Parts: sequence; structure tokens; C-alpha cells
Amino acid sequence: MTMPTLPEPEIAREWLATMTLIRRFEERAGEMYARAKIGGFLHLSIGEEATIVGSARALLDSDYLVSTYRSHGYALARGTSPEQVMAELFGRVDGCCGGHGGSMHMFDSSRRFMGGYGIVGGNLPIAAGIGLASDYTKTGDVTLCTFGDGATNQGTFGETLNLAALWRLPVVFMVINNQFGMGTSLERHSAVTDLQRKGESLGVPGTRCDGMDVLDTHAALAEAVERVRRDRRPVLVEAVTYRFRGHSMADPEEYRTKEEVAQWRERDPLLVFGALLEGEGILDSQEREELDRAAIAQVDTAVEFADASPFPAPESLYEDVYVIDEQVRGAYH
Amino acid sequence: MAELRYREALNAALREELKRDERVLLMGEDIGVFGGAFKVTAGLLEEFGERRVRDTPISENTIVGAGVGAAMSGLRPVVELMTVNFALLAFDQIVNSAAHIRYMFGGQVTVPLVIRMPQGAGHQLGPTHSHCLEAMFLHVPGLLVAVPSTPADAKGLLKTAIRDENPVIFIEHESLYGIRGEVPEDEDVTVGFGRARVAREGKDVTIVGVSRMALTAERAAETLAQEHGIEAEVIDPRTLRPLDLDTILESVQKTNRCVVVEEGWPHGGVGANLAALIAEHAFDDLDAPVARVSGADVPMPYSKPLEEIAFPHEPQIVQAALATTGARPASTAVGG
Repeated sequence: MTMPTLPEPEIAREWLATMTLIRRFEERAGEMYARAKIGGFLHLSIGEEATIVGSARALLDSDYLVSTYRSHGYALARGTSPEQVMAELFGRVDGCCGGHGGSMHMFDSSRRFMGGYGIVGGNLPIAAGIGLASDYTKTGDVTLCTFGDGATNQGTFGETLNLAALWRLPVVFMVINNQFGMGTSLERHSAVTDLQRKGESLGVPGTRCDGMDVLDTHAALAEAVERVRRDRRPVLVEAVTYRFRGHSMADPEEYRTKEEVAQWRERDPLLVFGALLEGEGILDSQEREELDRAAIAQVDTAVEFADASPFPAPESLYEDVYVIDEQVRGAYH
Repeated sequence: MAELRYREALNAALREELKRDERVLLMGEDIGVFGGAFKVTAGLLEEFGERRVRDTPISENTIVGAGVGAAMSGLRPVVELMTVNFALLAFDQIVNSAAHIRYMFGGQVTVPLVIRMPQGAGHQLGPTHSHCLEAMFLHVPGLLVAVPSTPADAKGLLKTAIRDENPVIFIEHESLYGIRGEVPEDEDVTVGFGRARVAREGKDVTIVGVSRMALTAERAAETLAQEHGIEAEVIDPRTLRPLDLDTILESVQKTNRCVVVEEGWPHGGVGANLAALIAEHAFDDLDAPVARVSGADVPMPYSKPLEEIAFPHEPQIVQAALATTGARPASTAVGG
């Protein structure tokens, strides 16, 4: 593949700004978790920002995005406000899911971000169903479904890729290969480590991109999305990346060395892309700093907002379990 | 009214709803070319085409999950699973997705999905094809559970299920597909959820029968009347969620006795749930403990004589009803 060309300066700046926002958001979320403002599990996308922005920016606003439990960055990239995402992490009423979902279950239907899902591989069939609806109603929309390397060992991977190929569903499957299924390294969890090939026997052709490089990721996904929109057949894209932090905040990271992490950090997608833009004269170092400060300020505002937002009222416990209308009466609970 | 078999009534409901609403589509293993393992979908592929009647690969979890995704984005899918036991392969999507999505995502979307499946013993299919698992689905908030026992209810409840905004587990019974009954032909007639059917009125004991057991209970009531002079009131709840507890409680307040009959296992079963609810709401009305008649607490055996004693029949129901009147010793689960 030829070296991907830079987008228009304004677009390139936006990509860097969004990647920076995700980075600063995730760092702050980690701090808030340590201060017990956030409960449960917290899976951060630090190191994987290029895979999020590179893929999300390959979509039209009318396309659908389905992600994993590592879901904050996707919501932010789709345009959900940092306030709403942080408030959801805080379990507050102004969270994007009203405090019912939490870190693993962000959702924003107005931006066609169709959810973070807590079960590894559980999001693939749902993405196929969304693709089925697009196909059925002939809208031309494409669904992007992201999942980790670990999910390629789930039954739903084989089942869903087969179904999507059989029914010619407009779905781009994107495996974010961050080298680990939680603490088990790729070569220890998958007999085939060339993940882009895992769809071949199911009728889904694969490609690979450098998930540390937002330009390469965007180029690969833009091509995949265009191909799926045109041919109405699914494809698989493997983005090779690395998460700089543990699987979740509750991960002592005893399964990898500090040297390995340091090596990957040299390819930090924010630093690499920022330096590239500076080298190309699109941003100077002062503008890069300003962009970073702006991201930090956005996150400050998000934390203030989340902290000020009330917890859901106890009487809201039973809201949104059922849609109850005149057709349905009787005891539910 | 027309006299239809249970499977024909279901077929009519599907046909009418496919005609009525372009968003309705069917998906399932062998529902198209083959016409359905139990022929419920016979003729629908020919009438509506492959876009709307879709044969799927044998991938239960993914079929249900695809139904969830399609339902979240504007369609009204009806997924058929070949037996209730196969639904266990799809339990992740049924519980973690279908049931939870509306709540988990703060009410931003609904999941108007129907998952149909037959259950029940009697065909010597052994431990992986014969169970009654309605209690497992009843356990899950977010799901509605329908258990029709007559052709009219099969049609009317399925139409309601397809029109409803919630995910519905629609449990048919293998032994009922061939039974006949009067069914309304009017396409606008539905049976609302949460409305129990009083199959027989009586003053001496209330018998609640779930799924096929509603019919077995009616036969037991006939015996109780003819041989023992006891007038049993037989109630078919028709849906377990929502549950028409009011109708059951009103009956118990009249009869002061209650027997719950189910084909499934006793522990954590529908009967256990109903016995608790009746005790909580009508303890002072009871002249005897709520009796349960259930399937035996074993995997379903293959051998005919063993299978026959592993699920309830009339005599156990008669005996349990008599016991609540003090006429016979108490008995609970058939084999337990």
C-alpha cells in the first residue's frame, strides 16, 4: 500500500484534537477511578486512540458504530459530549445512559453509536442485525463493528462472519489487535495469529493496518467502508495496536515486561501524528500545546459537570425495563 | 371463527402480521424451504419471499443477536428456535442483550423482538430436546414470557407479541401443534398480555395450569367434578410476565385452595414463584398450603415409561387438588 496522504489541515487537526481528548479523558478517568468517583471496571483506550479516530472518521454520520466494553473513546469520537460520558462513569443521572450502563455500556442513539457491550464477542451478532436492517430497508448505511483479538476465538465470530457473508450484510468487522486477550498474549490464545485471515474460510476477506498510525488506519477503514457500501459484502480489517495501560484498572500487568510497553510507547499514536503534522507545517509546537490544553480543559469541565450531576433518584430504579402500554398489564415485579 | 390447529393458528398470526407490517420478518433454522421443523411457517416463504422469511445457518446465539440488532434499528423480527433447549445456546443474547439493552442504554432504544420456540416432553426426544424452561425466562427482568395452550391464544398472543415493543419469549408446546380449536378470523383480534383465561369456573379449588398443563388441568377438573363432586376453577395465566395475579388471587379468595401445575422442574419453578406470590398476597384466604404439581426433578429420560412418569398427568393433579381439601395425603412433585 502506498503511504496514505494527509487529509486537509482542518481535518488533520480535528483528528489530533479528538485523539488528544480521548487520551486526556482516559487519563482523568483513571484518576477518578483511583479516587473512587468511578466504580466497577474501567477499561482505558490509552495507546489505541488511532484505531478509534481512524475508524470512526471513515464513517458517515448516518453509518452505525458498535464497539466493545472499551467504549468511552468511541462515544467521544462519535460526538457524545465528554460531560455525558464522564457523568455516566460517575453513575449520574446526566450520563449518556442515565447511570444504568457505566463504563462498558456507553450508547448514543442520536449519533448512531449503538453501544459498548460487556460480553466479549457479544456485539458481533448485534452489528450483523443492524446491517440486516440497513440491507432490508435499502438505506446504504454501513455498520462498523470493533472487537478485540480475544473475541476472534468466540463462537459468535465464526457464526456472525458466516451469516454476514451469506446474507451480504454491509458490515465492516474491525479487530483491534492489541496483542492481549486480557492477560493472555495473542500467540497463547489464538492458533492463527494472522488475524486478518481468520475470516477467509467464512467468506470474509481481510486486510491489515497499522493501528498506531491514524493515517494508515483511516486509509484502510475508508477503503473497507467504501467497498462494503458498494459491494454489500462484509470485510475484516485487523488494526495492529497496543494498549499502554492494563486490561482494566484492576490489572497488575504481570504478563508483559516494562521494556515491551516502553518499546510500543515509542510509537505513541498521538506523538507520532503530532510530530508528523508539525513536520508538515500544519501545526507548530505552540498550537500542539494549545490543542492539548484545550483537551484538558474539556475534561476539567466534564469532571465538574459529572460531579455536580445528581445520582439517579431511587424511584428511577424500575425505569426503562419495560415499555408498558395498554396492551400489556399485570404484575412485572 | 374457524377451526384451526394450533400450528395453523400460529401460521395465520405470522401471515397476518407479515402482511400488516412491512417491518416484520422471520428468521430461523429451516423455517423457509423446509417449512419449519414443526411446519409452523409452512407456505410463508412462497408467499413473502426470501427477504422476509429467512432460513438461517445453525447459529442460535447469532440468530438471536442479529434479531436484537435488527429490532434496535427499526425492524420487528420474529426468530424461531427449533426447540427450547437450543435457546440455551442463545442465552447470552437473550439475557445480556435482548433483555438488558433498553435498561442498560437508558431507554434510548427498544428491542421489539419475538423469539419463538417449542418445548415439552412426550416424543421420546430425551434430555436435550424435551424440557420446559419457561421458569428460566420468567426469571429475567426485561423479557415478556407467553405460554399459549389453545389455538386461539396461540394466534392472539403471537399477534400481540409481534406488535409489542418489548422482547417476548414465545413458548409453544410440541404436543399442542396438532390440537384443534375455534380461532377468530378477524385480523384485528388479539389477546392482550397479562390477562389470564379462566378455562373453567368452580368454587372448591383453584388449579393454575401452565402451557400444556392448562389442558391437563381441565381434564383433571372434569374428573374431580364427576368422581369427587369437587368443582375446580381452572386458570391458564397465558403470559407469565406480565402475570395476571389479580385473576388468580380473586379465584383463591373464592376457593381458598390452590394447585399450580407445570411441566418444568420444581426448584425455582413457576409453581414455586406462584406459591410465594399467593402466600404473600392471600395467606389469610388459604385453607391449605398451595400445592405444586411439577415435572420430575431429573433430566428428561428417553425410555417411554420413564418419560411418561417424568411429567404431570391428570391423576397427580386430581390427587393434589383432593389433598388441599383434606381428602388425600399431600403430594408435590411427581418424581421429587
